[in-house]
Amino acid sequence: MVANLPPQFEVVDRPLDTQMTLSMGPQHPSTHGVLRLELVLDGEMVVKATPDIGYLHTGMEKLFEYKKYQQGIVITDRMDYLNPLGNNLAYVMAAEKLLGLEIPERAQVIRVLMCELQRIASHMVWLGTHALDIGAMTVFFYCFREREKILNLIEAASGGRLTPSYFRIGGLMMDIPAGFERRCKQFTNDFPAAVKEFHTLLSGNKIFQKRTQGVGYISAEDAIDWGLSGPCLRGSGVNLDLRRANPYTGYEKYDFDIPLEESCDVWARYMVRMRELTESHKIVVQALQRLQPGPVKADAPKVVLPEREAMKTHMDALIHHFLIVAEGFNVPEGEVYHAIEASKGELGVYMKSNGGPKPDRVHFRGPSFVNLSALPQMTEGEMIADVVAIIGSLDIVLGEIDR
Amino acid sequence: MAENNQAQGAETQGLSTTPNNSATPSPLVTALQQQNAEWVGEVIEAFGEVTVVVPRAQLTAICSYLKSAPGLEFNFLSDLCGADRGPEEEPRFEVNYHLFSTTKHHRLRLKVLLNEEDAHVETVTGIWRTANWHERETYDLLGVIFDGHPDLRRILLPDDWQGHALRKDFPLRGYEPYSLT
Repeated sequence: MVANLPPQFEVVDRPLDTQMTLSMGPQHPSTHGVLRLELVLDGEMVVKATPDIGYLHTGMEKLFEYKKYQQGIVITDRMDYLNPLGNNLAYVMAAEKLLGLEIPERAQVIRVLMCELQRIASHMVWLGTHALDIGAMTVFFYCFREREKILNLIEAASGGRLTPSYFRIGGLMMDIPAGFERRCKQFTNDFPAAVKEFHTLLSGNKIFQKRTQGVGYISAEDAIDWGLSGPCLRGSGVNLDLRRANPYTGYEKYDFDIPLEESCDVWARYMVRMRELTESHKIVVQALQRLQPGPVKADAPKVVLPEREAMKTHMDALIHHFLIVAEGFNVPEGEVYHAIEASKGELGVYMKSNGGPKPDRVHFRGPSFVNLSALPQMTEGEMIADVVAIIGSLDIVLGEIDR
Repeated sequence: MAENNQAQGAETQGLSTTPNNSATPSPLVTALQQQNAEWVGEVIEAFGEVTVVVPRAQLTAICSYLKSAPGLEFNFLSDLCGADRGPEEEPRFEVNYHLFSTTKHHRLRLKVLLNEEDAHVETVTGIWRTANWHERETYDLLGVIFDGHPDLRRILLPDDWQGHALRKDFPLRGYEPYSLT
């Protein structure tokens, strides 16, 4: 029978082969975007998992080379679109390192404040979708309710909900508006009750515990070897948080704990992020207390855009504005790698300047990219239903993976 | 305007940018030099970061040493990325290894320089498994070949893509519209 087939049909003759290959995604709802997994299954058990990425590749790193430094900020918003302020921060801090700029205290405090709010917002999306993947739908609505409050705050400060571009090279786009602190305090007053709700809905839930405990194991040594960072690494009991290890933007002045879990599974990563919500909330409260009046832009007229009012009254401000917008500013030759603790882990920016107004090379070390590369290590040997839970626990964003 | 920009470049350069090779070298560099003087090529200390240009042939030996040596313990490969210095430059490509230690919390950048016609370097996947995807990405976008890599395929661009998109001579919009059909 096989012999009669036309030659272009290739028949694989393996009668007792129980393994099958399943293509999960790129449209699968639990792959959080456009991730495709090639799973080799033996019954319900995953024998081999091969992530296939690149569906969202938009050549952002190429684009940076054609844009001036200040224009690159808006590209970073679109990488990890759940944590745009973190991306802004990593990018502008790399450029500031090359320029040798000093950032005023108030701008630094607002940066910390906004980054921690953004971290909570990012964790809200993770929690909502992670629970939704596992089958708990209610949590999703509670999470998005809280996230909406934060997005409103970010919108009030920057004008954008998802693409704020609020941090600029040398400081902030502008100061926070009147009434922002009051609204922020209202949020911080309400938030602990919301965290309690999440714990009530999920942490004590027997089904959720059964679905997450002991699933997706990765030991501390493997986690370091695979380059895991952020909550995924701390879920394996490795005490590493760049806010502590290599403090930036004045994080050394804040009092917060680094949550650690030892069980190395999905549950551990869940608990780390849940406890991080409380820690981030603590930092936000402290940042609000630290907020003192002062400038929010560095004193570098050739890099930082002048105030609108100054442009109308001072000729040199007008000239600087024209030059920055029309020609950009030259950045000293050299290369830097600046890493921050984003909501998903170590977000590093490698920036190389050849002395001109456009970077020679910008490379983003996305935490999602590296964390996803460890997925085969965690999934092989697990059940297929657990793959969904493990992807959720990695908290990936494909915009950052594919860039 | 050009004057303006130059003056500003000089101003901003001020503090930290001038490489100070002659001044006290970083203890990381001295440790490397003591182990094997051949390992250390050019040393650049700027912006509070240490870069060591290392010979390509000894890369894996250096990495293994840095990972295991007591006091250094670079057990975490933060990032690996390539860069194109431009088609007229020789050597044209560089590969940067950003090492980090989860216990000592210090960083070091290793740099390997590669010629265009011989853009090969030994893989470090045997030392840090996280290098796997980074090396695939560098291969995909720049065309640097990592010898001994277990699975050197394109990762971001489609398998049938022609050329390497992050090379300086690759046009921003590509040569022709890409079609899936």
